[in-house]
Amino acid sequence: MENRIEKHVELKAPIARVWRALTDYREFGEWFRVALEGPFVPGQVSHGRILHPGYEHIVWEVLIEKMDPERLFSFTWAQIRYHDKERYSSDYSNAPRTLVEFRLEESANGTLLTVTESGFENVPAEWRGDAQRGNDGGWAQQMNNISRHVTEKP
Amino acid sequence: MSLKSPDRRQARRASHALLFAALGDKTRLALVTRLCAGQPASIAQLTAGTRLTRQAVTKHLRVLQKAGMVHSTRSGREALFSLDPEPMQQMQDYLDRVSRQWDHALARLKSFVEK
Repeated sequence: MENRIEKHVELKAPIARVWRALTDYREFGEWFRVALEGPFVPGQVSHGRILHPGYEHIVWEVLIEKMDPERLFSFTWAQIRYHDKERYSSDYSNAPRTLVEFRLEESANGTLLTVTESGFENVPAEWRGDAQRGNDGGWAQQMNNISRHVTEKP
Repeated sequence: MSLKSPDRRQARRASHALLFAALGDKTRLALVTRLCAGQPASIAQLTAGTRLTRQAVTKHLRVLQKAGMVHSTRSGREALFSLDPEPMQQMQDYLDRVSRQWDHALARLKSFVEK
């Protein structure tokens, strides 16, 4: 069993375009569906609000690790134990963290993006029960967002 | 499952931290695969047909036991080892969900940069 997640996606866009979508906080917020308060700066914490109806109480918090232009963007983020309003807490000081890394490479058609998330061994079993991680907020809804996005701005 | 005393919870936390470490070894993975077949097996049975010594198998089983993946029961003078798939299943379910979330986020990123 792998203790990390690795995804590859081929994007038909120049590497500079992909880099901006990942590291410009407004652009990142747009596709990730989070309203961020300010730019990403290595070594600094970035906060935002989840934009999904019903999940707006959730604070999105990452610590930016590396920004190596057009090559590597990484951050760690706090896992959220409970997403429902009653039990949710925005105190992440004891929350386990995983590391997210975006690696970019030029490819024939644009950009090859590799995303890895690691550190799941730090997430205790009782934190895994409520798997909504705030950025998903119900995937049926999400798929609607995408198809609307695509059909409205072809 | 009503085993939710603090001690038990502590044990679960520890065992899950050990889970990946336990699986990060070829020999232990082979033992797990062998036990996946379903039948509880003794150390002698698990050693047979391998190049491993009894001591080595015992040592690896102990690591798997600590991680909560293997349980032993006694049958006469022998200990029989069997697999407990639950910790692995839980972890796998969690990773599957996280993985699906990334698929969706990356699909949004793709339509965002390709539009």
